[in-house]
Amino acid sequence: MKKTKTLLASVAATVLLTATVAAETELTVYTAVEAEDLKRYAEEFNKTNPDIKINWVRDSTGIITAKLLAERDNPQADLIWGLAATSLLLLKSEGMLEPYAPAGVDKLDQKFVDGDNPPAWVGMDAWVASVCYNTVEAEKAGLKPPASWKDLTDPMYAGHVIMPNPNSSGTGFLDVSSWLQMFGEEGGWEYMDGLHDNIARYTHSGSKPCKLAAAGEIPIGVSFAFRGAKSKAAGAPLEIIVPSEGVGWDMEASAIVAGTANLEAAQKVLDFSVTKEANEMYNTGYAVVAYPGVAKPVEHFPAGLLEAMIENDFEFAANNRAAILKEWQSRYDGKSEAK
Amino acid sequence: MSALDTAPETMPPGPEIKPKLSRDDIIMRGGMVVIALYLVISLAFPLWAMLSKSFSTYKFNLSQYEFQVSDDAGVFDGTILTGTQLNDQTQAYGQSDLSASSDSRLGVTKFFPDFSFRSPVMYKIRNMVEGGRFLVGSTLHDTTDWTELDSNTFRRVQLRPVKSTGMENFVNYFSTPALFNSIKNSLVIALISTVITVSLAFWFAYALNRSCMRFKGAFRLIAMMPILVPSLLPGIALVYLFGNQGMLKELLFGASIYGPIGIVIGSVFFTFPHAFIIISTALAISDSRLYEAATSLRSTPWRTFWTVTIPGARYGLISAAFVVFNLVITDFGLPKVIGGQFNVLAVDIYKQVIGQQNFEMGAVVSVVLVVPAIFAFAIDRLVQSKQVAQLSARSVPYAPSPDPKTDRFFLIYSSLVALFIVGLLAVCQFAALVKFWPYDLSLSLNNYQFDKMDGGGWASYFNSIELGLLTAVIGTSVVFFGAYLVEKTNGFRTGRALFQMFAMLPMAIPGMVLGLAYIFFFNNPDNPLNFIYGTMAILVICTVTHFYTVSHLTAVTALKQMDREFESVSASLKQPTLKLFGRVTVPVCLPAILDISIYLFVNAMTTVSAVVFLYSPKTSLASIAVLNMDDAGDIAPAAAMGMMIFYTNALARIIHLIASKGILRKTQAWRTR
Repeated sequence: MKKTKTLLASVAATVLLTATVAAETELTVYTAVEAEDLKRYAEEFNKTNPDIKINWVRDSTGIITAKLLAERDNPQADLIWGLAATSLLLLKSEGMLEPYAPAGVDKLDQKFVDGDNPPAWVGMDAWVASVCYNTVEAEKAGLKPPASWKDLTDPMYAGHVIMPNPNSSGTGFLDVSSWLQMFGEEGGWEYMDGLHDNIARYTHSGSKPCKLAAAGEIPIGVSFAFRGAKSKAAGAPLEIIVPSEGVGWDMEASAIVAGTANLEAAQKVLDFSVTKEANEMYNTGYAVVAYPGVAKPVEHFPAGLLEAMIENDFEFAANNRAAILKEWQSRYDGKSEAK
Repeated sequence: MSALDTAPETMPPGPEIKPKLSRDDIIMRGGMVVIALYLVISLAFPLWAMLSKSFSTYKFNLSQYEFQVSDDAGVFDGTILTGTQLNDQTQAYGQSDLSASSDSRLGVTKFFPDFSFRSPVMYKIRNMVEGGRFLVGSTLHDTTDWTELDSNTFRRVQLRPVKSTGMENFVNYFSTPALFNSIKNSLVIALISTVITVSLAFWFAYALNRSCMRFKGAFRLIAMMPILVPSLLPGIALVYLFGNQGMLKELLFGASIYGPIGIVIGSVFFTFPHAFIIISTALAISDSRLYEAATSLRSTPWRTFWTVTIPGARYGLISAAFVVFNLVITDFGLPKVIGGQFNVLAVDIYKQVIGQQNFEMGAVVSVVLVVPAIFAFAIDRLVQSKQVAQLSARSVPYAPSPDPKTDRFFLIYSSLVALFIVGLLAVCQFAALVKFWPYDLSLSLNNYQFDKMDGGGWASYFNSIELGLLTAVIGTSVVFFGAYLVEKTNGFRTGRALFQMFAMLPMAIPGMVLGLAYIFFFNNPDNPLNFIYGTMAILVICTVTHFYTVSHLTAVTALKQMDREFESVSASLKQPTLKLFGRVTVPVCLPAILDISIYLFVNAMTTVSAVVFLYSPKTSLASIAVLNMDDAGDIAPAAAMGMMIFYTNALARIIHLIASKGILRKTQAWRTR
């Protein structure tokens, strides 16, 4: 009984709401951006476009991607604002994105824009791999700070390194894909064979290795830079190391869903998403943004990170993802418990 | 007599007498159908959807593509080859390469042994049917037009698989050692935990029922504590105790807590109360005469123990063993937190679904996990049905006599077990209050600022309470009314038997499997019930269904104690059955009803496995927040939230106790008369 009542109430509320804003265009926007940021994004956008109302549908990257793929033949979203580029590439390969070049897209760092013309998606901000190094615990264990990825295979680090499992973590996958790109297919797997001998265990999430390093549980955590900076700001004895070979990265990006009934409004949002103002807005949550020269330095953020970002071949990553993960699983997931 | 005996043979069979269904009968049967329908929709359909998903596969259909190759001058001679023909020529891909997952791609350059991306040779490719799919780079081509590409671009061509059905997922599963090793791991962990828990719980229950040690009440309370927390909380405590920065890590002598050791210790913690209740019930009832007989036959205490005590408790022991086995093998939270690289089935489901979005493989692992769970459940039911009354009317209840030596021994033993339980909880509470373990040990409430962490913040805590209350109210009504209809409806045998079967089924279905099945069923856009996906409603339905069986059994037991004569009397007084239900049955069964609602509330607060696939950002739960905060590395806040669940459940229990005492005094006065 109670359920029906609440249901009725919510239906009534929806009807009322729709009635009051009927004059506006409503956009259904799928996103994986943190919930606390979304309100701000919509407010900023509405300053210039008060007649477009954004209805957010938010979930974690994996879930939103799965949702979009499930709705392939009957898309519910008008627009995607803030989803991993690797996911957007997957959607592009399903023919689900409407290519559009937003006004002012040429001002963005071209690393952040889809290679096609017009681009199927445009980037917003990036998260970049880094190594979190607990100086206190490392000293206790008699370790020297590693300078490069290759250093981490030194037997001295055995059992002192932790990284995310690429099968469950996007950060883990961007590490693996960057090693395969930097060291070549064979060299990459050879490198991971060596690294695997030193890995204490693989975590499910990408931020946990850094948090564990911060807590001293495992001195060296392969994670992402922003997480490290945050933990350092919280008082953890961390050093954030940018390996000399270069670091992998992924970005959040936006795209229009093909077949939307509100194409014009969706284009306006995309136009806004590449502006300088929008990029300044992204900067509060992300240290690296698509618009050059906008990003303000973040406290404790490692120097030289921007330069160390590799030329990431997203197409390679997306097209080989299934095969890479299968190979990774057979190499490291199966034999791990034999230790 | 003899004349009567032969009479039926000679007389023609008369028309079968069918009593006319009264309005009451119709209402009762209608109600039963409604609740049975609820179980079909919330259980049978989703499981069916999941089973069919496990047979849904992806394959590369090479016969769907046509290729042309030019000579070095870029001129095509018009020869058209299909993918199948090319693969037959080159043997580039075997049958196993062609089975795929939804995300798979297949390069095409292997079909051309002398392919070089620098050569001036041109290639053409097309789909033979509309809707066939291949990619150039990441651009989809799904028309039947020819696409002409130079060799450098041709190497970027990737074929996409098409949907089909078959056993490939299972073949794939059993040919991936990383996956099927988990079966062995899960079984081993469950067996070891079962042996340890049942032994520990047996002696604990023995001490409480068969000795005269002191503080029995306190020990009983402590033994029940683990039921009030999510199963992953002991995992967090173990990290603080035995992790690399742990307080007692020397005790492990260099072994790692992340893995089988951690899972076993944690499993013993969270399954202990379940084993304890069952064994304690079995030990509570025993016939003193058997012991007197043993003494007069000069049996040694040891022999009496094996010939009287153990056989008397055997059904309890077997039942406890299967319950613990089932709990451990289906548990997901604990191995997720402390399992390290030790893969078990329940975590595999999570990794496949949440990590890789490979729903088909998740369904396959679920099917694999259901097998041991159903097996354990079936044996348990079989054993229980063989159980006969232990206590006859002539029995003399056994009363232990004091024996200082054994009593002291049992006091020490029980104190150690109690220390283990209270210790783990205390460690969690301590960790939650420490500012930054292990570098800053000053106390603060920083870890309670859940809104600053990933995982849903304080809102998730209040969502959990809402879920607990809704589940308790709605679940208790549905379950009790359903049990009443099954117990007291006249006739309608087949329907009632079928209903009983449905009501028993949820016990055998692991939470992970139920949750995943709900995704497949309710997240299907064609399902008219699709709108409840992502709402609190689906969480309530899932939780009620998940914990249906135990609640149903409690209700049936209570109802069985009421004579069916009540129904006959009310019928002869021409009172509608529903009035009887409201005025007599419910008040009489109030103790059971209260027990069901507190059981549902506590479980709704602590459950993780079923709801982990179903919560949305708006309906995040406290137990899920514990999981997610631990996942993100915020272990101390996770411990803090876990302890919030503990205190809430403890408070709910106390309120339940006070409320039942008050209500019982009002409604159950007749019992004491």
